[in-house]
Amino acid sequence: MNRLHILVVATVALLSACGSNELRDTPDIDLASNQSAIVQPVTIDGLQDGTEIDPNSIAGKAPLERVIYFDYDQAELRPEFLEIVAQHGRFLAQNPDGRVRLEGHTDERGTREYNIALGEARAKTIARMLQLQGVGSAQTRAVSYGEELPVDDAHNNDAWAKNRRVNIIYEVALQN
Amino acid sequence: MLDIENLYFKAHIKRWMVMALLLLGSFSLPASAIIEIEITQGGENAIPIAIVPFGWTGSGEAPEDIAAIVMSDLQRSGNFAPLNRQDLVASPVSGDVPRYANWRLSGADFLLMGGTRPAGDGYIVEFQLYDVLQETLLTGFNFQVTDQTLRSAAHQISDEVYEEILGIAGAFNTQIAFISVSGKVGDRTYKLELADADGENPQAMLTSPRPILSPAWAPDGVRIAYVSFENRTQSAIYIQDRQLGSRVKALSRDGINGAPSWSPDGKRLAVTLSYEGSADIYVLQIESGDLRRITDSDAIDTEATWIDDDTLVFTSDRSGGPQLYEVSARGGRASRITFEGNYNASATVSPDGSTIAFVHGTGSGFQIGAIDRASDLFQTLTQGTLDESPSFSPNGQMIIFATEKNGRGTLGAVSLDGSVVQSLSLENGGTVREPSWSPYSQ
Repeated sequence: MNRLHILVVATVALLSACGSNELRDTPDIDLASNQSAIVQPVTIDGLQDGTEIDPNSIAGKAPLERVIYFDYDQAELRPEFLEIVAQHGRFLAQNPDGRVRLEGHTDERGTREYNIALGEARAKTIARMLQLQGVGSAQTRAVSYGEELPVDDAHNNDAWAKNRRVNIIYEVALQN
Repeated sequence: MLDIENLYFKAHIKRWMVMALLLLGSFSLPASAIIEIEITQGGENAIPIAIVPFGWTGSGEAPEDIAAIVMSDLQRSGNFAPLNRQDLVASPVSGDVPRYANWRLSGADFLLMGGTRPAGDGYIVEFQLYDVLQETLLTGFNFQVTDQTLRSAAHQISDEVYEEILGIAGAFNTQIAFISVSGKVGDRTYKLELADADGENPQAMLTSPRPILSPAWAPDGVRIAYVSFENRTQSAIYIQDRQLGSRVKALSRDGINGAPSWSPDGKRLAVTLSYEGSADIYVLQIESGDLRRITDSDAIDTEATWIDDDTLVFTSDRSGGPQLYEVSARGGRASRITFEGNYNASATVSPDGSTIAFVHGTGSGFQIGAIDRASDLFQTLTQGTLDESPSFSPNGQMIIFATEKNGRGTLGAVSLDGSVVQSLSLENGGTVREPSWSPYSQ
């Protein structure tokens, strides 16, 4: 190991250097091949993000309000959003082929991984409320982005309030 | 924060920094280097050391200003106060005998000199470190290097000086991983980058249009685990080999796949999964794929990290808000270890296991705090409002963390006693976050 090598060689060097400071010809440490600097890059590209919503598809006919907002550090539903969630619940219960992805988000305060979990707690709150209305569990899926995908990256209360949200995303089957 | 006693010290540093940058600036810098922009708070009792520009026996300019790199390293530690170049009383090079009396007059306790000469396809770099007061040669040897390994040799010289004088291992020849983000909301590029610990030579090991989180170095310094959202509807934990570029998807269950952390023996990953309910801690045997569930509460349990091969620290809000808990890596009862304030999360453990640094939330925002495990003594180390992601250096002397400066994400570094604070930003104005300090290379 490098470190032991250094100590041993340094001792030898000290002993031989007493009274003379001549440059030695033999290097003590060979860094001619240093693996630790190598990085082989990987790039992710060509990702699809989803298509425009077809107004004749299920998603096109679902209730239009699809963002639910939350209080700081809370995953409980605010009363003013009960009606919107209920509308989606009725719609999905009547359309068993319909599926939603519930994307949970937080504002930037707090640690990132804890916020992933908090975002999921928000998404799961909505999922539970939908299921209470007869929506099948196979029709909902919760994904959390935590604080990673804000809609507003300013550092103030207004931005933070916009970022604490669940997005209800109707997953449209990619068929012709 | 203007402190009258430190004004002279800060001016002293800045003049030197400008000189060092000017000297470095005559060599080409990488396109998006992280440049350390300031030491915002210096260490007390810094040891004065004279670092003389290294000699160069080849033609043209020297390939690298080794002395400037060593000066920068030692300055950043807070333990040393290198003399300004213009205050050096002489310019000895490797092989010269120092005139100790002159160096004593200049105020230096130690003297570092050296030289570089062409050899084969590369160079040989030599150095000698002298104790000016005792008038003795303390250490010195030489390196066979190439253009690619010159900076590493300079950092190793810094390590040798640091360890010889302070008796503690240096961590200058190490690396940091971090996430950089560029572009606007809706059109972002995320990179997992590796750079030298001084911010030089950043290289992207992963580039993605979707978020990347929680980079974690394996003890071998070659594999890095991270969370990727490249699949928009399902996160995944990957393990990537930084040299080969090959990667393995370690976990992608329903729900959360997060917070990977390597066991000290390199064989297991502690992770956060929620496929069985709420976010809980699991330990994955990397080779076999076996998964052991460690926590089983209805609360959020996440951000596990290892104290040793048998013990984990993690974040849980089972008592209301996030706090830190210790638990056996086999599972069982978790015991709470933070009691100061109502938000304590994201632990990092010092290599000797004696100290845990973490994110501490108060009414005025989030700072980095630390507790001593033996005494339970708590202290706050930083003064930001959105400080997060602390990570210990492999010698346990510094903590790198993410912070906010002029509205964008930058990195900071603080010494364990809180006395040295540095700031590192991306030259091109992008955001950096989630730093993770590498282990020592094997």
